[in-house]
Amino acid sequence: MAITKNEVEHVALLARLKLSSEEMEAYTEQLNAILGYMDKLDTLDTGNVEPTAHVLPLRNVFREDVERPGLAKEKALAGAPEASEGQFKVPRVVG
Amino acid sequence: MDYEAVIGLEVHVELKTNSKAFCACTTSFGAEPNTHVCPVCLGMPGVLPVINRQVIEFGIMTGLALNCQIAPFCKYDRKNYYYPDLPKNFQTSQYDLPLANNGYLKINVDGEEKRIGITRVHMEEDAGKLVHVDGPGGGYSLVDYNRAGVPLLEIVSEPDMRLPSEARAYMEKLRSILLYLGVSDCKMEEGSLRCDANVSVRPRGSKTLGTKTEVKNMNSFRALQRALEYEIERQISVLEDGGKIQQATMSWDESRGITTVMRTKEEAHDYRYFPEPDLVPIEVDNEWIERVRKSLPELPDERSQRLINTYGLPQYDAQVITSSRDLAEYFDQVVAKFPDAKVVSNWIMGDFSRLLNANNLEPQNSPVPPEQLADLLQLQKEGTISGKIAKQVLEEMFKTGKKARQVVEEKGLVQISDADALGKIVNEVISANPKVVEDYRNGKDKALGFLVGQVMKATKGKANPGLVNKLLKEQL
Repeated sequence: MAITKNEVEHVALLARLKLSSEEMEAYTEQLNAILGYMDKLDTLDTGNVEPTAHVLPLRNVFREDVERPGLAKEKALAGAPEASEGQFKVPRVVG
Repeated sequence: MDYEAVIGLEVHVELKTNSKAFCACTTSFGAEPNTHVCPVCLGMPGVLPVINRQVIEFGIMTGLALNCQIAPFCKYDRKNYYYPDLPKNFQTSQYDLPLANNGYLKINVDGEEKRIGITRVHMEEDAGKLVHVDGPGGGYSLVDYNRAGVPLLEIVSEPDMRLPSEARAYMEKLRSILLYLGVSDCKMEEGSLRCDANVSVRPRGSKTLGTKTEVKNMNSFRALQRALEYEIERQISVLEDGGKIQQATMSWDESRGITTVMRTKEEAHDYRYFPEPDLVPIEVDNEWIERVRKSLPELPDERSQRLINTYGLPQYDAQVITSSRDLAEYFDQVVAKFPDAKVVSNWIMGDFSRLLNANNLEPQNSPVPPEQLADLLQLQKEGTISGKIAKQVLEEMFKTGKKARQVVEEKGLVQISDADALGKIVNEVISANPKVVEDYRNGKDKALGFLVGQVMKATKGKANPGLVNKLLKEQL
């Protein structure tokens, strides 16, 4: 199954990546190589194999419902490119 | 042409856990922005979220109360989209293996019972809150992540509803069940219970579905009903004009009373779900399910049936009273002291509920405790006060928090049942109204009512009405 440049463009848009046309070419090629390997895997008979939900053989790892103080507001905002009135300030997005 | 609507609801409910879904931050509402956050719910690199066990418990309770199958195996997935209310750029949710599926709940509209299918109940997390600020260059948005990571259940119905009133009844019933379970405080105005509707129309009798729109932003039961009524009318008029429905997400504008387009299908999201590698899968065995099942409280339908069977209440009364667990508790406590259940239900559905609403109170914090309402009804039953006075006394009890007997004594409201004392007043009324008396003697039965009214007025409503009637008739 070959991946087209259009699909790479779509995925780039979804991931909010701005790609040059050279990059677009390069990624199309690389993604095709990866998906080509998937085609190889597809030749295996996996009819009796359970789909993998997680790579670790662990189930039911829980914490009890106990609250603890989190970060001080100043610390929480320390990594924000911009902050105002104790809040993260971002370009206006209406969704 | 005659059309019918097809409606399905997606409900999001915030769970009443102490801590968030995957970290130990508090879930309490209304704090200063960004004070209930930590590296996990802020989506910092390298953190490890861990599932809150109580979320699974609440999820199983809800699934069972909605008659669902609980999945023996389920997992979390990442739902990817870019919007600043999600610090991680994905929402932790469940995709192909939800916690519960295939359930139903029963609604009752205009005396007719209907089963609404529940497709699935899955667990996810809430997002942060954005405030948009106008300014040069398009302005900016401020983000508060206190709510990010608060556990949510998403409850998806089958497209089984045909009328806005059914959608409203479904929502009210669901809220009532969730409140009985104690899994959420279900405050629509605070956003802890939210609902989106999928709605389409088709010629009545048709088996195929029309193109649907999704309606968002309905913040009350009334808004839900109005928005659906509007959207159904809008779709029908598009079709009648020979147009086509465009698949779109619509937003309900409460003040203008219309739905407007938020986005069309072309802009629809592509969420690229994949299994959440930071959280391990969940297995729920029968032992766990049975333990939760045993812990379930009596639910609205069972409780309503119990009131009908035990007290012979009409179905309508039983439903109104059991719609709220607190109101049903209150009823049970009054009936324990004053066993005439129908009288109790009349008062609770009538004046008591009216006074609660007028004072914006819940039954459990009413200034009139159940035993005091029982006392008031007892005073009325004994004939110490009339029904009319009882209503006044209840208002006074609400206002002052005083006991029924105290109000009656202080205000001198004891019913006058003394034939001599009343006889005097009756005679005065007769001699003061010769014309009405003549009308009555000439066969105008209505005139008697006027004279009774005059006696009640003279006694400030304290006269025993039965006795007044009797005395008047004797004198005339």
